Amino acid sequence: MTGMSLIVKTVCRWLKGFILLFGVYIVLYGHLTPGGGFSGGVIIACAFILIFLAEGKLVETKIFSKNVAGELDSVGILIFWAAALTGLFCGGVYFKNFITTAAESHFKLFSSGIIPICNIGIGLKVGASLFVVFVILAAVKIVVPKKSDNINDHEEDEK
Amino acid sequence: MTLEYIVAALIILMIMGAVTALETDNLLSSIIALGAVGFLLAIAFLFLGAPDIAFTQIVVEILLLIILIRVTIHRDLKTTTAHRAMFGWTFAIVLIAFLTWFGLTVFEEFPAFGTAVMDRVADSASVTYIKEGLAKSGAGNLVTAVLLDFRAFDTLGEATVLFCAILGALAILRQKAHKHSKEKDQEADAA
Repeated sequence: MTGMSLIVKTVCRWLKGFILLFGVYIVLYGHLTPGGGFSGGVIIACAFILIFLAEGKLVETKIFSKNVAGELDSVGILIFWAAALTGLFCGGVYFKNFITTAAESHFKLFSSGIIPICNIGIGLKVGASLFVVFVILAAVKIVVPKKSDNINDHEEDEK
Repeated sequence: MTLEYIVAALIILMIMGAVTALETDNLLSSIIALGAVGFLLAIAFLFLGAPDIAFTQIVVEILLLIILIRVTIHRDLKTTTAHRAMFGWTFAIVLIAFLTWFGLTVFEEFPAFGTAVMDRVADSASVTYIKEGLAKSGAGNLVTAVLLDFRAFDTLGEATVLFCAILGALAILRQKAHKHSKEKDQEADAA
């Protein structure tokens, strides 16, 4: 499980930062430009999946383990839900956008109340959960097949 | 009123199918029962005037479910090589004809090409979104304004679906369970 060739690894190492940055941009500017939490989260997950594919399976525990991703998943949906509940307590309606935006701050980054907060929550959630799904599916595919020497070595490593 | 009775009958059939899927011992019959539930839900969507969701329902609930289960669970699935019965062919042809008829009916109701769809009704929700979306939500992107302000509850449901899907995937596909079942298989083989 040493991953792909040196060329692929190097290119992925250069690209991963840009992909991650683009994903974060899509999430943060979701209320101004096309995009939002879901699409940005998918791009963020793609950055990690790219590293995972290029460097091989063992890198997963080093950079970003499955458990951390699961916790981030929960944190994301809690942020979203907390925004909804705050709307209930401050405005009286579930998902009330209780921070009103003045007309002069339209089309600025800090505008439109709870929408950017919800976007960040969804972005965290979608990114982490897609990564978890990918890791689980990849891991299952590696564990299940017939026994060969490499896989046996690897299973012993895990124990 | 008849619509309510039809939907109620479909829901009763769906509950029966779900109970069958839970109670049966054979995995294949369980999948078939679950597919029947999905198919009945698709028919209910057709009657409720949502053919697009009905098509999605058929694709996801019946086809994808079977393919996913076939991929993830290697054991316990028997394949049959017998010829398809007459009933199967008739049912397939009737199903395709039925869906085609529904699709054509929908096409007839489409507005003519080039006409504005969003403001056909003067005080519809879409007109309100377009006119007052920026002022009410403050978001420059109207799609996000609808997704996270006017219809945020839908989005929460969507996120919850994703969350539950991840929970299910983690529960079914975690490595410990696989090792455990492997050991069980070995014990069964030894015994």
